[in-house]
Amino acid sequence: MKKLIQFIFIRTLPVLFAFLFLGIAFGLLLQRAGYNVVWTFLISTFVYAGSMQFVLIPFLGTDMSIFTVILMTLSINSRHIFYGLSFIEKFKRMGKAYPYMIFALTDETYSLLCSTKIPDDLDEKKVFFGIALFTHIYWISGSVIGSLLGELITFDTTGIEFAMTALFVVIFIEQWLTAQNHIPAVAGLLCGIVSLLIFGPGSFILPALIASIVIILAARNIIQKKDGAII
Amino acid sequence: MNFAYDAGIVLTVAVCTFLTRLFPFALFGRKQSPHPLVTYIGKILPSAVIAVLVIYCLKKVQFTSLPAFAPQFIGIAVVAALHIWKRNFLLSIGAGTVCYMVLVQVVFK
Repeated sequence: MKKLIQFIFIRTLPVLFAFLFLGIAFGLLLQRAGYNVVWTFLISTFVYAGSMQFVLIPFLGTDMSIFTVILMTLSINSRHIFYGLSFIEKFKRMGKAYPYMIFALTDETYSLLCSTKIPDDLDEKKVFFGIALFTHIYWISGSVIGSLLGELITFDTTGIEFAMTALFVVIFIEQWLTAQNHIPAVAGLLCGIVSLLIFGPGSFILPALIASIVIILAARNIIQKKDGAII
Repeated sequence: MNFAYDAGIVLTVAVCTFLTRLFPFALFGRKQSPHPLVTYIGKILPSAVIAVLVIYCLKKVQFTSLPAFAPQFIGIAVVAALHIWKRNFLLSIGAGTVCYMVLVQVVFK
């Protein structure tokens, strides 16, 4: 049990830094918008979607139509549609934790689950659940701290959010070094850049992911040949 | 501030966020095992998604002035070099983040 918690804590440490910082920023902004720590706690617990929660703040206190809220949420979170594809079988085997694992599948949790190699003496299900739960708790803690104490933080934290970028870069390199085939990674980079240039920062992810899937499907024979028997 | 209306907005966002995450499981999770193509995409897609997420973190980079792009690229170079050298992800992320913070707070102020 101790080894399990230790392993999960060390694996999730980069997300702890990033989520404490981003969570504090969220809690502080929500507090300034006139919503206290109870709102912060409930939103971070039940919405649990980093960028969407920041978008949500200006919605509050307005008479924005629910239909607009639905459309905004679905479009901003549309990338999540694809994350589950990699975990259909694995999550299904997790029994009671199945719905929670689906709920907690954020960008960061997804990246950690994709990149974590489970040591032989640890149970994969427990590690998966622990990663999801720990990162969720970091996010809630950060936002509650931001709501209660945000105004008291005086040291300059500018740039600490780079921990998130660094995490994705490290996972990218790990996958690059271990993959036998670089087509998917290169496809992702190129589709990301081209889509960003065409659609702009606000809406480039979904087209980039769809284009990546098309390339992965088109190059199926090459990727599978090099990777050996994938299926 | 209208409590009921705000609560309705929060609940709507929570439900819709969960629905996007639920979608692939609802679509492919019920059968005994999903179509081989779905399994294949699930296996290969993470490499592409991580690459897109790296671009996502750089989406606000502008090439109009040095401070608008140099810290990000230097930071990433430090992270990448450290990681290829030591393969220690806490070191790469920790040192890279501190380096980036110094760059944006002091060097490219």
